[in-house]
Amino acid sequence: MAGLSKSEVADVAALARLQLSPDEQSAMSADLGQILSYVEKLQELDTTGIEPTAHALPHRTPLRSDEPEAPLDPELAVSNAPQRAGTAFVVPKVIGEEGAG
Amino acid sequence: MSLPALTLALQAAQLSSRELSSCDLLDAVLGAHAGRGDEANAVVGLRAEAARAEAVEADERLTRGEPLSRIDGIPVLIKDNMVQRGEETTCASRILEGFVSPYDSAAVTCLREAGAVIVGRSNMDEFAMGSSTENSIHGPSRNPWDLERSPGGSSGGAAASVASGLVAGALGSDTGGSIRQPAAFCGVVGMKPTYGRVSRWGLVAFASSLDQIGPLARTAEDAAILLGILAGHDPRDSTSLAEPVPDYCSALDGDVRGLRIGIPKEFFEAEGADPVVLEVVREAIAELERAGAKTLAVTLPHTPYAIAAYYLIATAEASSNLARYDGARYGHRSKKARTLSEMYTLSRSEGFGTEVKRRILLGTYVLSAGYYDAYYRKAQQVRTLLRSDFEKAFEVCDVIATPTSPEVAFRIGEKSDDPLKMYLSDIYTVSANLAGIPGISIPAGFAHELPVGLQLLGRSLDEATLLRAADTFQRRTDHHAQTPRGWLR
Repeated sequence: MAGLSKSEVADVAALARLQLSPDEQSAMSADLGQILSYVEKLQELDTTGIEPTAHALPHRTPLRSDEPEAPLDPELAVSNAPQRAGTAFVVPKVIGEEGAG
Repeated sequence: MSLPALTLALQAAQLSSRELSSCDLLDAVLGAHAGRGDEANAVVGLRAEAARAEAVEADERLTRGEPLSRIDGIPVLIKDNMVQRGEETTCASRILEGFVSPYDSAAVTCLREAGAVIVGRSNMDEFAMGSSTENSIHGPSRNPWDLERSPGGSSGGAAASVASGLVAGALGSDTGGSIRQPAAFCGVVGMKPTYGRVSRWGLVAFASSLDQIGPLARTAEDAAILLGILAGHDPRDSTSLAEPVPDYCSALDGDVRGLRIGIPKEFFEAEGADPVVLEVVREAIAELERAGAKTLAVTLPHTPYAIAAYYLIATAEASSNLARYDGARYGHRSKKARTLSEMYTLSRSEGFGTEVKRRILLGTYVLSAGYYDAYYRKAQQVRTLLRSDFEKAFEVCDVIATPTSPEVAFRIGEKSDDPLKMYLSDIYTVSANLAGIPGISIPAGFAHELPVGLQLLGRSLDEATLLRAADTFQRRTDHHAQTPRGWLR
């Protein structure tokens, strides 16, 4: 299971919306291979029947009452937009682009 | 003693008696920064003017005898991953360069309501991913004890700022040791509270089930003061705990008689641990015994698996959290992008540094179809085993004492080409994050003329016992009063 070829690295990068140069692909293939061989040691443990932990503490999640509150001012919400029109975010055309979304 | 070298408690006393003003303290911080300068590269954004206005207001309150809290008027630094309204937050990443938050993080709100003067932001590893504060667009931070060495990470700027006497208190965040390890490397106190004790609202997310904000300071008492201000439930963070916040300062009675300290042999037998560091830690534990604490052997048998479980869980969560940086709403957008998918891919590829990309790739891989059970689910099961190790240990002891790090501060560049080697330096700290329990690192002494940290781990929500033990130790030792040569005038 351990080890990742350059093409596997490229596939994972595509899933993560990252583009790697050939040099980066080689470096990541080596680094990730090394890390994945290290984490193989978890397979030494028999975890049959052990419940996975997603959150450390058993405290219950508190709920707030469902009352309307003032939202963030839309002007402020778009204040960091790389491109905006009024209080909308502007992005390149979505429809018609191959593989969009 | 110079102004910056004062502890928060001493600064508070002198502000209260009006021997010093908040403006005096701010002048001292700005003077120290301009003087020896920021040779440690610990501060990435000073807000001198805004801080001046806050100090003037604090002085008015203090003159009227109406301070908002014990830290009213005291200068502090926040880590560059906690947003402040109207100020830049970069997370030391190109992808957030220029980002100005429209709101305050909960931790910043707590500081403001207490009257603290936020003098600026401290340097860190990009997105808090690192153990050395070398992965930063602002350049590496340096350890005031030896500028060729790392201050640790990822809250390296915070630890270096406290060690150099720039400020008496700073906020860090700790996902796998990012407060405690730099505190150890820089000879200061650093506390990771129980998961959920401090609201994460407005803390830029790295690994949401592990991230926790906490204080760095010179003394356990100062850490107690800051924790009291930060702790508590926040409806905006559904994982923040609705448990009452005790008066941490009143727990500091200097009495550890009968305290049961568990010594986990796994932490003292780890491969590659520096024997000189281990000896300093053993001697520190002996000091607590002389103060009346009892030690006993405990076992945390799954410790050798903690790093593997941690790096699978943390990277999986990070790959999901960092999906939000897509160039659409804030942060860097590639100028080369013509289509939507290019906008995503090019913005992220240009904006993230190498370590962040490495972790996103690892996290994406372990969550992908076919590997999820073997890696991510397996790691979560091991997390259960690690938690139950601690539960069993805390049936027979009250705190667990360990080294914070297997070594003293390493040289800048020493591990930056070997990610796995860097990950392994977190071997003593990640377990507390996986189990959600609190931990504190305190100055234990010196090895090779560099600071060594003693880590104390406690039961969930029992920060008070950790602080009491740490404070008792500091009453009997002067390691925390040692300062790096040439920094404090």
